[in-house]
Amino acid sequence: MSAGPRKKLMYLNRRAPGGTIYAVEGLEVVLIGAAFDQDVCMAFVGDGVYQLKAGQDTSDSGVKNFSPAYRALGDYDVNRLYVERESLEERGLGVDDLMPLTWEDEDDDWAEKPSIHVVDRAELARLIDAQDVVFNF
Amino acid sequence: MGLQVNGKTLDTDEEGYLSNLSDWEPEVAQVMAEADECDLTENHWEVINFLRSYYEEYQIAPAVRVLTKAIGKKLGKDKGNSRYLYQLYPYGPAKQACKYAGLPKPTGCV
Repeated sequence: MSAGPRKKLMYLNRRAPGGTIYAVEGLEVVLIGAAFDQDVCMAFVGDGVYQLKAGQDTSDSGVKNFSPAYRALGDYDVNRLYVERESLEERGLGVDDLMPLTWEDEDDDWAEKPSIHVVDRAELARLIDAQDVVFNF
Repeated sequence: MGLQVNGKTLDTDEEGYLSNLSDWEPEVAQVMAEADECDLTENHWEVINFLRSYYEEYQIAPAVRVLTKAIGKKLGKDKGNSRYLYQLYPYGPAKQACKYAGLPKPTGCV
């Protein structure tokens, strides 16, 4: 793998977990891309916030519930997940409705730290602006 | 493609991974290992069982880097390194062990 400068990558998730393959395929890209050791974060806006909802159950729809895989993101060193506050509020959701995702900080005696950061729309716009690359799903 | 185990034919993909996770039983790993001329020791089983519980919890087969780190944490540093894991699974610890464990090919494996 070439050792170019690390890029700031954001995976921007805008769609609900079911109904289309965007969410599951997007997550797969994140997990695959994690091997490239870049500066990665994810953002969840609009119906994308439903991807992080706790207690998802797909048994009636006949598709696999892939939501437990978000809990593995910390193992893949993807530990900044920005969730837009307005998108949560517009859907009657709060951070307590989301899966409690954490990562372990190797440099801090493996302390468990939260991965989810709720940010407002203006802050998210600044974060998007600061990226080298934004992938839309 | 299929795999003969205990008189049954189990569906597999073109690379020999089980099509249905629920078809797995320990004999599946035995049969696959025999075909690869690999003797399954307790150390091999430790990795297979680890992968199965990882999949159960996260619904994905971990990439080798993630597997190595997680094994080190769970089973000790002397096992959480690629030298040890490649000794057990020379075809690639994630790939080969996931196959024996009845999991899909790890995400990010080509």
